[in-house]
This record gives sequence, structure tokens and C-alpha cells, in this order.
Amino acid sequence: MIRRLSLCVTGLAQAAGARADWAINMPRGVSELSAETYDLHMMVFYWCVGIAVVVFGAMLFTMVRHRKSRGVQPAKFSHSMPAEITWTIIPIIILLIMAVPAAETLIRIEDSRAPDVTVVVTGYQWKWHYMYPGEDVAFYSTLARASSEARHRGSGIDPANVENYLLDVDRPLVVPKGAKVRVLLTSNDVIHAWWVPELSIKKDAIPGFMNETWFQADVAGVYRGQCAELCGVDHAYMPIVVEVVEPEAFQAFLDSEREPEPAAASGSNTSADSPGEDTK
Amino acid sequence: MSTAVAEMEAHDHHGPEKGIRRWLFATNHKDIGTMYLLFSLVMLFVGGAMAMIIRSELMMPGLQFVNPGFYNQMTTMHALVMIFGAIMPAFVGLANWMIPLMVGAPDMALPRMNNLSFWILPAAFTILLSTLFMSGGGPAGGWTMYPPLVLQTGDAFPYLIFSIHLMGLSSIMGAINIIVTIINMRAPDMALIKMPMFVWSWLITAYLLIAVMPVLAGAVTMLLTDQFFGTSFFLAAGGGDPVMFQHIFWFFGHPEVYIMILPAFGVVSEVIPTFARKPLFGHDSMVYAISAIAFLSFIVWAHHMFTVGMPLTGQLFFMFATMLIAVPTGVKIFNWTATMWGGAMTFETPMLFALAFLFLFTIGGFSGVMVAIVPADIQYHDSYFVVAHFHYVLVPGALFGILAAVYYWLPKWTGRMYNEKLGQIHFWLTAIFVNVTFFPMHFLGLAGMPRRIPDYATQFTDWNFMASIGAFGFGLSQLLFAYIVINCMRGRGEAATAEVWDHPKGLEWTVPSPAPYHTFDEPPRVPPAQTFS
Repeated sequence: MIRRLSLCVTGLAQAAGARADWAINMPRGVSELSAETYDLHMMVFYWCVGIAVVVFGAMLFTMVRHRKSRGVQPAKFSHSMPAEITWTIIPIIILLIMAVPAAETLIRIEDSRAPDVTVVVTGYQWKWHYMYPGEDVAFYSTLARASSEARHRGSGIDPANVENYLLDVDRPLVVPKGAKVRVLLTSNDVIHAWWVPELSIKKDAIPGFMNETWFQADVAGVYRGQCAELCGVDHAYMPIVVEVVEPEAFQAFLDSEREPEPAAASGSNTSADSPGEDTK
Repeated sequence: MSTAVAEMEAHDHHGPEKGIRRWLFATNHKDIGTMYLLFSLVMLFVGGAMAMIIRSELMMPGLQFVNPGFYNQMTTMHALVMIFGAIMPAFVGLANWMIPLMVGAPDMALPRMNNLSFWILPAAFTILLSTLFMSGGGPAGGWTMYPPLVLQTGDAFPYLIFSIHLMGLSSIMGAINIIVTIINMRAPDMALIKMPMFVWSWLITAYLLIAVMPVLAGAVTMLLTDQFFGTSFFLAAGGGDPVMFQHIFWFFGHPEVYIMILPAFGVVSEVIPTFARKPLFGHDSMVYAISAIAFLSFIVWAHHMFTVGMPLTGQLFFMFATMLIAVPTGVKIFNWTATMWGGAMTFETPMLFALAFLFLFTIGGFSGVMVAIVPADIQYHDSYFVVAHFHYVLVPGALFGILAAVYYWLPKWTGRMYNEKLGQIHFWLTAIFVNVTFFPMHFLGLAGMPRRIPDYATQFTDWNFMASIGAFGFGLSQLLFAYIVINCMRGRGEAATAEVWDHPKGLEWTVPSPAPYHTFDEPPRVPPAQTFS
């Protein structure tokens, strides 16, 4: 117990010192829509702060001013129609100011027409399967070995020493930069959710349903996320990694995946149906 | 009331029965109220112990104490125990104790049903908690019980469903009792609109309960038949629809969150006027605001499901409807502030909890507006931001409402003043630790940490560590609360006067403290100074 506690304390010191990871806000992301979502989030947040200053200010003022210990006599009023109408109308106006841009962004988010690339994402307990329709490329994406070894109780491996602990996979999803990527989601067993914060998308993968969402990443890079819908014991262990590459590199990726022989790709598709990872 | 009945009641002036029979066969609203409140206190500690296990595991990345499977059982059971075992029974207990006293009724309208609706609860929770010891462990699919995942539950599954049926049954009977009491047994000159706000908030809550508890019962029964009788209500392979469960569940679930907060609104509306020494501002519009919130709660359910894939028009409708809730909620916050304005305030423990409610519930309201904004909610959904949001409305919201109510009425129940100094220490510890626990969760969620995970990427370490420290402090502080309450129950402390506070309004303050076993055998006249509105 004491050993654990000291481990905790040193861990905190390390975390605070070395990584300084006290992140407090949503990432702005790497697509037009993620930036728009971020701006919307900040706009609503600032409205809330503004309202908080006024409302909490009034509460604090009255708590300081109208105390019995200052010898004040309580007032008797208990109604004021004008005041109540005012504080009904003003919130409605503020909500309208928030609702209009929110609706505009939502309409753009829902417009998944004319995609450049389509990927089919299938959730499994507990890994993801990616397929590029018409390209004959498909593969599973599971938790990277380093994380998988460190994650068990008493593994003796400090997660701090594992690169991208729980956010790394063996085979990432690869998509081209600047292309409109349509993501079709479904599941083989229970409901999962595919979430990549920096691409600002989260959508449920539901058995028997084909859900649709899209993103267009404008910056090449590696973007990490996790399953967001509780899906069983290893819910925390099915991360998502999206690699956004130049269009030529994407084409090269597809060609290399296809090359070995088409039968192998589709073969692994059907044979690897078991959950794979040991789940102890 | 016929003379025959009145005579029978006149002969009925014995005290409580002796021993266990007093509690097992209780029909007295005060005894049943006491049992409800003590039961919920026990459940608060049971659910709290589960929260401590959760926060211990989350203190550091990597798994230290439990396996992921057990962790999922803890999050699931923590929610079920806190919602159905701690918060709801506490409010029903308050209703049992206070509604007859506040409307001038001799007891609840249906005392035997009252007994049954309480005694079902210990049975239900014995069943629910026993699942932790069954093969496959307790339910681990989240308290929302989404299929198909929930159908992977082990032996616990039918017990989970049955215990939820029982809890629903208990709630419905409690709600019927409250409605009948309020409608039929008010003092003759107490018009509906002039009722105290606590009574009003419970009247509306009781209608919500009757409306949605059968919906939950239906949903879980369909789960049961999907599992055991070959139906496919929610199984895509058999032509069913897993999303349909979520629609049905949240049609129950959203009114349910108001079931847990409206009585707290009622409590705060009682406490603030007393300690501001000024009548509640806009009594009637407070009633309309609660009614509006109750109505809106039926048409916003799908805002819990913005990532399941809904048509654009559906998402727009649920976004706008949800945002509208901010209007009546705002009216309530502003009216409470206006109640304090120009008053002569003192800050005893009940008032402190009511004020903390005002500030912190409002923070939960702000994050509530944020999660209504669909594009942003796609990011917030199922992240720790949502965990922060609902804990802000349920802990400093509902729970602080209950704590304020207990401190406010405890002298009336026990005849003893609680220890004011200890009460204030309890308040400050609770109010500080609740923020240390839950505020960092906003940051974690925004930075991308999903909820319901036992282990996390290392960049989430710092805020998780802080939240865990806060949670341990919060949990320990509640032992002080139990100590304060038990002291009063054991007759320690100063004797309380009938009024307890400085000229509070309401019929409950016209009877002695502790309230005699039988009160208002004759319907009281409501003095003009005691009328509301």
C-alpha cells in the first residue's frame, strides 16, 4: 500500500514535471469542421462565462450586502412581472445566438455527399476492422504490442515508459490528406463508437446498422482516438489511429496492401473472426 | 370526514409499537420517512464505496487494484445504487416526512401501500447487490443497459431486470401515494397554487414517475424476453433494433434526471426564504417553471444519443428543445437570487448547502447548455466532460439539496439541534472536495478521455490524480455527516424549539419539535401569514 502510494506520488511528480500534460481544452483539430466545432464550443463557453460573471456576481453581491449581521431589515417584495419577463426574454435571445451557428455547422457535418475515399469501419470486441471498398484492401487494427504487454495488473511495466500507451495500434487506418473521407460504420457484435478528437468525429458502430460520417484532414499526421461506447471488458483497449498521408503515399499504401495476392487479404478477413487478443 | 371515522381516530392516540414491529408493520408516515432516509444513507455509503474503488483505480495509469471486468461492474452498480438507492429514496423519505406536515394532513393517504413501497426497496437492493457474488459477476454493461452488450451479462442478468422492476414498482406506489395525499388531504383552506414549493415540486415529480417508470419496466422486460424467450426486440440479427432500446430508455431516462432534481429545487425554495427572511420571489412562476421543465423533459430524450445516427431534422429538433430547458431553469435561478436580494441573510448549514447548490448546479447548467450544442456534443459525448456535467447536477445539485433538507428539518424530526460547528465543517469539506473531484473531469473530457475506462493514456494522469484525491476527501467527509445525524437521533445536542429557525413559513413549524407521532388529527387552519404565493 505504502509502496503504491509512493509510486503514485513519484508518478505525479514525473507527470507534472516531465510532460506537463495538464491539458484543459478540446483540440482545435486538423479539419475545417473540427475548427468550426472548436469555435462553437468556445463561443458557448464564453457566453457561459459572461452569464456566470453576471449571475454569480449578483449572488455574491447580495450575500455580502444583505446579511443580517449588517443589521439590515428584510425587504418584503415577492413579485415583479417586468423583472421576470426580462429574465425570460434575455436567455431566449442568447440561446438563439448560439443555436443559429450550431445549426449551420450541424448541417455541414451531415452533408456527406461526394466523398473522395470511402472506408468501412467495423467494430469488434475488441478491435477495429478497416476496409477500402473497391480497393480489395482490408485489415484488422488492434492494440499495439507494447501497450498490450504493459496493461495487465502486475505487468511490471510503467505505462509512462510506453510510447502512446493505449493509443497505439499495430496497423493504423491510412487516408489521403485533403480528401473527403466518408466513414461507414457498423459492428459485428455490440455497439462501439469511433472517436478521433482531432478529426472531430464520433459515431456509433451499431450491429445491423450502417452509419455514416466524414472528415477531411488538411494536415498530414497521426491522429489518435479511442472507442467511446462501453463495449465490454476491453473497451479501453481498442484505440483508433488514423494516419493522414500525401495522396501519392496513400496510393502507394493501397498498392502495397493489395500486392501480396488478393486472396490473402480476403482470406484473413473471414478467418480472423475470433476476438484474438488474450483478455485476462 | 364522518364522525365515526373521527371517533376511531380519537381512540387511535397510542404511541408507536414496540420493537421491530414498529418498523416492519409501519404505517406512520414519520416512521416510513425515517426508514427511507436511513436506507438512502446506507446506500449512499455503498455507492460511495464503489466510487472509491473506481477512483482508486483511476488514480494512476496502468491497472493497480481491479480487473477491467470488475471495474465495469463498479461503474454500473455505482450508478444504479446512487440513482435508485440513494437519491430517489432520500427524496421519497423527505416527501413522507414533510408533505403531510406541510399540507396539514394526519398521514399519507395510503399508509399500507406506503409500507410496501418502502419494504420493496431493501429486497430489490439485496437482489441487485447479491449479483456481485454470482458467476460472471454483477451487471457490467453500464446502468443504461444498452443491448446487445447487456445481454452478455452472466447469471446476474435476470436478477438485474427483476430488481429494476421492483424499484420501479416501489417508485410508482410512492408517487401514487404522494399525489393522492397532496390532492385529497390538504388543509381545507390551502389552495393548490398556494402550496409550499417543496410540495409543488414533489407533485410534479410524482407525475413524472408515474409516466416514465412503466416505460423503463417495459424496456427491461423486452431485454428479458430477448435474452430468454427468443424475441428480437433489440437484436438486429432477428430484425430488431438496438437503437430502439436507447430511444425507449432515454424516454424514461431524461424525465428521470428531473425526478432527481425537481425535489431539490423544492428544498432550495424552502430553505432560501427562511434564511433570507423574505418570501420566495415569484412563487407562482416557480410553479410554472417546474411544470415547463417537466413538460420539456419528455421531448428532449434523444439528446443523449446524438452520435447514434439520426436524421438532421431530428438532431435539430432535439437540440432546440434541449436548449429551451435553459429558459425555465434560468427563471428558477434568477428567482432564487431575487429572493435573497434585499433579505437579511444568515448562513447556517442548510443555507450554505442551498447556496452551494445555487452556484454549482448553475455550473452544471452551463455545461448542460454546452452539451446541447450538437456539433460540440459529438466531441463531448461519452467523454469525461459528460461525467463532469451530470455529476455537477447530481452531486452539488440533487445531493446538496438532500443535505440542505436534512440539516433544515433534522431538528423537527429529532427535536435536537445538530452541532452547527460540525455542520459547517461538513459543508466546507464537502463543497471544496466536490469541486476538486469533478471540475478536473471537464478538462479530461475535453482533452479526449472517454468515460467508463479503467485505464487511460498517460497524458490524462494529472487531472485523474487530482480527481481521485478529491473523491477520497469527499467520501471521508460524509462520515462526518453520518456522525452529526446519529448524534441528533440519539438525543444529543440542544433541544429544538417548534419554530427551529427565525420565523420560518410553513405548517411544519406549527407543531412541536420533535414532531409528535400523530400530527394534524384535526385539519389545521392555515394562518394568513403561513400562506405562500
